[in-house]
Amino acid sequence: MLIRKSPDIKSNEITDERLFWGRREWLASVGAGVAGIALPAIACAQAKEAEKLTPYAAVTGYNNFYEFGTDKEDPAANAGTLRPRPWQVVVEGEVKRPATYAFDDLFKGMKPEERVYRMRCVEAWSMVVPWLGHPLKDVIARLEPTSKAKYIEFTTLLDPKQMPGQRRAILEWPYVEGLRMDEAMNPLAILTVGVYGKPLPNQNGAPLRLTVPWKYGFKGGKSIVKIRFTEAQPMNTWQRSAPNEYGFYANVNPTVDHPRWSQATERRIGELFRRPTLMFNGYTDQVASLYAGMDLRKNF
Amino acid sequence: MTDAQLIRRVIKPGLWILGLAPLLYLLNRARLGDLGFDPIRTITHFTGRTAITILFITLTVTPLRRLTGWNPLIKVRRLIGNFAFFYALIHFLIYAVFDRELSPVGLGEDIAKRPWITVGFTVFLILLTLAITSPKAMVRRLGKRWQTLHRLIYVAAAGAVLHFTWAQKKDIRLPLIYAAVLAVILGSRLFLRPRKPVRGET
Repeated sequence: MLIRKSPDIKSNEITDERLFWGRREWLASVGAGVAGIALPAIACAQAKEAEKLTPYAAVTGYNNFYEFGTDKEDPAANAGTLRPRPWQVVVEGEVKRPATYAFDDLFKGMKPEERVYRMRCVEAWSMVVPWLGHPLKDVIARLEPTSKAKYIEFTTLLDPKQMPGQRRAILEWPYVEGLRMDEAMNPLAILTVGVYGKPLPNQNGAPLRLTVPWKYGFKGGKSIVKIRFTEAQPMNTWQRSAPNEYGFYANVNPTVDHPRWSQATERRIGELFRRPTLMFNGYTDQVASLYAGMDLRKNF
Repeated sequence: MTDAQLIRRVIKPGLWILGLAPLLYLLNRARLGDLGFDPIRTITHFTGRTAITILFITLTVTPLRRLTGWNPLIKVRRLIGNFAFFYALIHFLIYAVFDRELSPVGLGEDIAKRPWITVGFTVFLILLTLAITSPKAMVRRLGKRWQTLHRLIYVAAAGAVLHFTWAQKKDIRLPLIYAAVLAVILGSRLFLRPRKPVRGET
């Protein structure tokens, strides 16, 4: 479980080793599963036992996407102005192939997989969503980051014409989110392009967004136009906005409260009473090792 | 029609209808399944805002009385104030039942640890006190102390706006509008001095 690393191993090799162990654990837990569908199969099994899929109407009608307004119903009402095609993604920073990719080129030859994930908002509500996406690690492998790449930063589109919410400085635009490289290489992290078997609706972050199911929802940057590999830890938008309330890691953690409200419970959309929030949103087995030895109270 | 009859037969029944209208509106939305994807959140927010709005209306009675010189208006103030308490009560109960499952530990922790809930609960206790002491018998029994006690409505109004503002994740435009309205209502008292009682007016 615990992976010790000797100091003389180069950082890029550590990542690989972790991936290796992660994959082994993975296959072991699945048994002789087909690698491609193993993950969704597990996620489905976990989610469907006690947790029903949140209906499509709620997934696409109850959103936080401040670029289209701050009310939950605003994105569905206002996101019609977004033009998700044609779409380009700039890849830059500590990467061997910096370039501007057309949306289709970024995922050429890859087939999106369905992943049923819990989505836990930092505001203490949650959903269960059947996303459609590409493992982030596969896209990263294709882009070939250098050994200096310790973090990956995702930037949302900045265009007040398409995103009318950006006309007010409610947050600092454009929206920026980031992950540590080993987090980004975790098999659970995906670049999402669809939901419920359909292309992402605008209000959900079309045409591509990040989904990191063990973290609070705001870590999932939407309508991504730039992927940057960096040596320094990126400053994400909500941390910049209120550093005492939102950190870089933002792992779902029922034992570390938001300064103004409890994170111990959550309201699943569609239910009236609250249910307990699970450590790492229920993905402890897959991600806890990423944070071994870290003070999660400090690194909230 | 005398002033007393006007109040009893027209104004008070009208206020009952107006006071219950937000509840009926909410119940109708519930009947239509139109409370949004998180009905508890919708009800909590709606009853909270309604309570503050009615609290504000309670506070406009005095400026309105000074403006019009029609003093019998004072007779409807307690009724309006009690409607503010009524919606604050629903607001609190929905939170207590659905968010904290009436757990004394959960409620106590929230009230002790989270300042915006401390403020909200304090406002609720003030409104509860004012509602309990609102019947005529209590007014008589408390005498002069009644008025002193009921000045707490100013604390409740300011506290309610603070609670509302604090509850927002980031966007505080709406609470700031409420704060501005409260400032106007309270500020108007400075310009509208009490009129000297005219013989014949009560």
